Amino acid sequence: MTSALNPKYSFDTFVVGAANRLAVTAGRTVAENPGTAYNPLFIYSGSGLGKTHLLMAVGHAAKQTAAALGIEYLTLDEWVEAFHAAIAAGQGDAFRRRFQNVDVLLVDDVQFLTNRKEMQSELLRLTEALQTAGRQIVLTSDRPPSQIADLDERLISRLSGGLVVDIGVPDYETRVAILRRKSEERGVRFEPGVLETVAGAEFANVRELMGALNRLVAFQAVNEASVNAESAKRILGLSAAAAPVAAAAASAGLGPDEFGAFLADVTVTVGKAVEAWRARVTEAMLRWEGEGYRTQRLEALLKQEAPAAVDEAIAQFGQDVERLKALESEVAQFDPEAAGHSVFRDPERVGEAEQAAAKVREGVAPPPGPSGAFPLVAFAVGPSNHVAVSAARAVLERPGKKYNPLVLVGKSGLGKTHLLNAIGLELAHGRGAVVACLSTQAFTDELIAAIEGNRVDWWRARYRRATALLLDDIHLIAGKERTQEELFNLFNLLQDKDRQLVFTAPTPPNTLAGIEERIASRLEGGLVAELQDPDRDVKRTVLERLLTLQSISAEPALIDYLADRHADSVRGLVAVVQRVVSAAAAQDVPVTAGLAREVLEGQAPREARRGAGLRTSGLVVSSLGGIKSREKMVWDWTDPTDRVIEEFR
Amino acid sequence: MSLVNFTTREITCKIVYYGPGRSGKTTNLHYIYGRVPDTRRGRMVSLATQTDRTLFFDFLPIDLGQISGFTTRFQLYTVPGQVYYNATRRLVLQGADGVVFVADSQARQLDENLESLQNLQSNLLEHGVDIRTVPLVMQYNKQDLPRELILSGADLDDALNFRGVPSFSADALHGQGVFETLKGISELVLKKLAAGSAV
Repeated sequence: MTSALNPKYSFDTFVVGAANRLAVTAGRTVAENPGTAYNPLFIYSGSGLGKTHLLMAVGHAAKQTAAALGIEYLTLDEWVEAFHAAIAAGQGDAFRRRFQNVDVLLVDDVQFLTNRKEMQSELLRLTEALQTAGRQIVLTSDRPPSQIADLDERLISRLSGGLVVDIGVPDYETRVAILRRKSEERGVRFEPGVLETVAGAEFANVRELMGALNRLVAFQAVNEASVNAESAKRILGLSAAAAPVAAAAASAGLGPDEFGAFLADVTVTVGKAVEAWRARVTEAMLRWEGEGYRTQRLEALLKQEAPAAVDEAIAQFGQDVERLKALESEVAQFDPEAAGHSVFRDPERVGEAEQAAAKVREGVAPPPGPSGAFPLVAFAVGPSNHVAVSAARAVLERPGKKYNPLVLVGKSGLGKTHLLNAIGLELAHGRGAVVACLSTQAFTDELIAAIEGNRVDWWRARYRRATALLLDDIHLIAGKERTQEELFNLFNLLQDKDRQLVFTAPTPPNTLAGIEERIASRLEGGLVAELQDPDRDVKRTVLERLLTLQSISAEPALIDYLADRHADSVRGLVAVVQRVVSAAAAQDVPVTAGLAREVLEGQAPREARRGAGLRTSGLVVSSLGGIKSREKMVWDWTDPTDRVIEEFR
Repeated sequence: MSLVNFTTREITCKIVYYGPGRSGKTTNLHYIYGRVPDTRRGRMVSLATQTDRTLFFDFLPIDLGQISGFTTRFQLYTVPGQVYYNATRRLVLQGADGVVFVADSQARQLDENLESLQNLQSNLLEHGVDIRTVPLVMQYNKQDLPRELILSGADLDDALNFRGVPSFSADALHGQGVFETLKGISELVLKKLAAGSAV
């Protein structure tokens, strides 16, 4: 489970330039004084700039300084695997002891800590233990600690507490030096000016630079002519501009290197004629290695004396790689993190990659979307909800940029759910929009089901794809630790990507009980827009629409009468209208203001029939904690007669 | 001699510089020795007489490093040119993968060249080897001497190279043509090796 240090990666083979001098110096210092100089040492850089090389070099150098030191190198993934294996075997303590007793711990690719809370706390604990015991820890990542998504604040400060250094892209001189050293290691000679030409080109990192060198080596091995500066440009597809300067400088050396030229020729001859198949295999290996694929199958081929069907094997390998590429790009659309998994880089594991992709594909089913029953045009607007509606419009104009998150706050029955779904519907019109719009309860239920089915990963992937997340009744998250945890991560992730978040709650987030501070503060961080009791305008709009919907020609007096009556929610108003309408139907008389007055004032006021229990928008949470979610369904029905049934139940 | 050893993953080429006395065989090796980096060459063994003639043979091992996964070594030998050392020549020739025939371009040496060439043929035959099957290149050395003293490459081709093998004009003392010759023989040897090992 622990990788051995690659002997090739030492300080001796690390080409030092301005861009990495600080990192190398720090690495050397740490290797010479493990645990005392910079602890932890955190090295970050873009891909292919030498993090792993440097990390292993620290290991080698520390070993040289004191052979008795226990040195362990592993990638974060390996560490996580080891941890899981240990936990599965009931050996968690042994695992902890094992790493606490390492003198120099080298951990590669720490950025994969994202979304691994338990590993973060494990690493935090380990770092503390190592530091206390005066043992060294060196970590690498592709970004600084503060930019690793979802990283625990304590871990950030812990990791930043030693020294954080970066490795930049090497300058021209360093690039030339790297190329010289690498071609020397390979025993390949190029004509003067070739390496300078390569170094003059814009390569994003050293790995790509090596890829270019590989192409030249391969080309030179299979072709008669040795590569010169001109043909190098052609092979690498570089523009004809720049770089002749270097050629002159190089030829000013000792004079022609006859032995080198001879060696190159012999290499060509051997590569081309002696064992043409080997040259082809090597070429394929260099190519795929350059692209970051594992090539042990081809390597195994080289070890055979005379393998059958070499070209078929190479072609098959190429096909496997193509398949991996296809799978990787497919998976990357849905879950970029899953796409980074090593199975997509190993043609020996195409089967596993297919499975992984299939698993991700399962999660592709879009998250629940907004209900079509709540269009924005049907939302009655008035001074009482003006703030919320204009906030919603601002959100629709610039989703994710203006008010993110938007929290709609108000009592039950004021139209929060309506407005939430309306925003969702409008957002869903956008190109490529994936709008997740559901009740917090459904969100929790889905998570529970996912945990049960051991499919939390795809559940996450599903919501991470969302271009907007709208959760109704966010206060229902209270006390649900895991949902809060997941929501927290999801929230950060989506907000980082400028994706719109909208929530509803009965009261402002900071007054809600049972919600973690970090979530409450994030909810407060956007805009909290309150919906007030319906004003006259809103009530009139609702009444007119309601009566028109039931084909009742309302006399203005009825509307005026009903609109002037106090109603503390739109839903209450709707209930009142239904009572009047049904009374009229029962007596077989037209619906008039007089009838309404008789029906509504002739009886004792019907108050708070629902009694105890937390009233939500449609959901009734009984004091026993059970949720009659069916009642929510009733409110989703748009036909007013159905609502009457609900009201009389 | 096994040229390609698959078990130890080695390629070893034995190349013999043949030719009449004083034609410049040892000079070739010296020049090569001077050009090979220290780390790549073994000690050059030279057994010479008081008068600086090769008594037994010169031996120069060169390590070409890893080529296609094989540790590749060249072993360069010279034979003593003088007629009376034929037993030594035959011994050195044994197991040769390739032969460089170094001819003296001076017109007055033509007979010696011919005689040595015949000697090569008969010595190979003694080992049961047909000269037509052995990788062979010709080097016409001392082309730096005044024109009136030497024969041109074309003339020497006519006179010596009746098998039409690759030939190189050279000035071994100054290095002209030395590596070209070595390259020429290496290619022949390695190509033959390819043909031999192709399964």
